[in-house]
Amino acid sequence: MKARIFVTLKPGVLDPQGRAIHHALGGLGFDGVNDVRAGKLIELDVADGTSDADLDAMCRKLLANTVIENYRIETGAA
Amino acid sequence: MKTAVIVFPGSNCDRDLAVALEAVTGRAPAMVWHGDSDLPDGIGLIALPGGFSYGDYLRSGAISARSPIVKAVVAAAERGVPVLGICNGFQILTETGLLPGTLMRNAGLNFVCRDIALTVENSQTAFTSGYRAGETITVPVAHHDGNYFADDATLDQLEAEGRVAFRYAEQVNGAARGIAGIVNKAGNVLGMMPHPERRTEAAHGGDDGRRLFEGLVAAVA
Repeated sequence: MKARIFVTLKPGVLDPQGRAIHHALGGLGFDGVNDVRAGKLIELDVADGTSDADLDAMCRKLLANTVIENYRIETGAA
Repeated sequence: MKTAVIVFPGSNCDRDLAVALEAVTGRAPAMVWHGDSDLPDGIGLIALPGGFSYGDYLRSGAISARSPIVKAVVAAAERGVPVLGICNGFQILTETGLLPGTLMRNAGLNFVCRDIALTVENSQTAFTSGYRAGETITVPVAHHDGNYFADDATLDQLEAEGRVAFRYAEQVNGAARGIAGIVNKAGNVLGMMPHPERRTEAAHGGDDGRRLFEGLVAAVA
């Protein structure tokens, strides 16, 4: 079973990386970009039947730092 | 006093820290590998060094904070053993939850490596007893992820409880309220981004960092 974990910065947390990407897009002539936020996608291949609670625990204990980050879990067949 | 330096894969200030600790305690610290489960008996101070453990993968300090020895470090900290985390060591301490907040990418995105002016905010902690409150000292920084972040309620609490040990006296990395180093509520855990171990003898250009180790050893001996 595949699980995709999307880790994103919480609203209001300054994202210097997103700001740099925004700046670079502007430099390429893409003027219509209002904001950029950079995050992470972590793909897990886990045993079939891995519970949502286990996946959630993985996010809380390691994959995301909940001081600054939110996470969203998507699961599906391979 | 017996001290220990924890060595992670990618630590690079562990030997500098060992030299500084030996200079003030008169005995070489135990160098403890991250994969060990137990600390040697009778350790009176645990130090987590700077570096780039696990290549900063996932988040700075995130993987190291889950290594076997860190469980023992957390347990020792909860028993009151002093724990000093410098740079990557500070990042690891926030990842364990022993210290609040986190260290984000520097606001300017650049790696900052230079001497900076630091204000001693609270000289009443074991770690800062070698300084005067309000004193400005010079210590180097060398980091990419030193931008301290915590929510406003946490920051207010840190300030109200006198837990901001050091504050940058100049703009360095965008850290919230200029915070460079904090202690935990019990006062036995300090995390700081600047490197006192790199300013311990005349050949380093000064000894402002040495006073941290001298004050600490005097306070806990």
